[in-house]
Amino acid sequence: MLDNLRAIGAARQALLDDDGVSPFGAVVETMISPTEGILDGRRTILAGTNNYLGLTFDPGCIEAACAALRDEGTGTTGSRMANGTFAAHAALERELAAFFGRRGAVVFSTGYLANLGLLSALPGRDDVILLDADCHASIYDGCRLGTAEILRFRHNDVEDLDTRLRRLGPRTTRTLIVVEGIYSMLGDRAPLAAIADLKRRYGAYLLVDEAHSFGVLGARGRGLAEEAGVEDAVDFVLGTFSKSLGTIGGFSASDHPELESLRYTSRPYLFTASPSPPVVASARAALAALQARPELRRQLWDNAHGLYNRLRALGFALGPEPSPIVAVMMEAPEEGLAFWRALLEQGIYVNLIVPPAAPNGGCLLRCSVGAAHTPEQIERIAGAFAALAPSSTPRRP
Amino acid sequence: MLTYHDILAQTCELLEPYANGRTLEEGTDLLIHVGLDSIQAMEVLLAAEGRFDMSIPLNVLAEVRTVGDLAKQLQHLLERR
Repeated sequence: MLDNLRAIGAARQALLDDDGVSPFGAVVETMISPTEGILDGRRTILAGTNNYLGLTFDPGCIEAACAALRDEGTGTTGSRMANGTFAAHAALERELAAFFGRRGAVVFSTGYLANLGLLSALPGRDDVILLDADCHASIYDGCRLGTAEILRFRHNDVEDLDTRLRRLGPRTTRTLIVVEGIYSMLGDRAPLAAIADLKRRYGAYLLVDEAHSFGVLGARGRGLAEEAGVEDAVDFVLGTFSKSLGTIGGFSASDHPELESLRYTSRPYLFTASPSPPVVASARAALAALQARPELRRQLWDNAHGLYNRLRALGFALGPEPSPIVAVMMEAPEEGLAFWRALLEQGIYVNLIVPPAAPNGGCLLRCSVGAAHTPEQIERIAGAFAALAPSSTPRRP
Repeated sequence: MLTYHDILAQTCELLEPYANGRTLEEGTDLLIHVGLDSIQAMEVLLAAEGRFDMSIPLNVLAEVRTVGDLAKQLQHLLERR
């Protein structure tokens, strides 16, 4: 026992064999704004937070959270199925259903739990889950918690998905295809129109995890399905409050009335405390802000294109398309770590992603930008990369 | 119909890119001897699905520790097809 943890600890220690700041344990000593904080004693631009609409310091969201704290207390101290459903939880579910134009919605305590809750409980023993190979860990973990047969198709490869559906024969009508709107590591989108075509042709079900695309894509911010014009082909929309809504929680919305039955069968829904009153209140306020202020999405995309184009012009190898997630590919974890620390010394925080989370054995400096970044901050981030480019070895395209 | 030994040989071929030159045998432990991580294990299954033109659920990995275990799982799925 514990020997597997010792091996992992030793591997991490081998990478971090000095007293420098650890990218896996960085502490934000003080938050200053949605885009700045104090790290390692230094004022730092936060460019790895998934805070896409910059709503974490929105006065309306903060006021709503404070009012809920005063009126309803610090926590619900119970499960949704017992004492943990307040009027605000039910209201948030109605508002989400209305926003997505769906029959109903179910709120979970985190986005991770939403995926666990759906994937473990929607498909049963005789069913198949066919997921994109690059899906998030929460999707894999949800599959493991359930009893369905789990198959993968190659990332964003429609032909490969077609092959795997064909092999399933009549079982396709009991198959749930699972993809993401924007993939969290490289920021690329699913080819959803083509996937929706296959879903219809084979009579399968389709779940789209819009964690990184809710509030980010689509004319109204409903995600990739809205942008691709295939919302009618999506059986289950899944999302999180911890990115564009700036708080924490998860949800699924669907026209299938069976979604309601998850409240009795889904263990990640049943056996954890429900989101606390300030969390629910700020999620509701942020959902309203997302709808009332479409200019936030425009600012977000201006910043996303700005950083992507600047880093591409500098010759860095990036993810395949502009996105609020700008992933800079490095050759090896050691080089990535040195570059990450040098960025931090220049007052720029990004995420360092090492294998196996980074694809193909490489290493990623994963930036994420938001609507709250100023053009000057975007320029400072790009400037820090530019200053470091000659003395390092980023992977060239 | 492929025999177990045919499948074992093909399993070794599928694992060869991850073996770093190590000789693969029926009893070779995929984690301890080959150092196959979870992502690589799933890649092997994707490749095996293409080679045998059949669906191989990730669920089978729970029963696999050695090259021979994987070959037996593949044989079982081929017979069930």
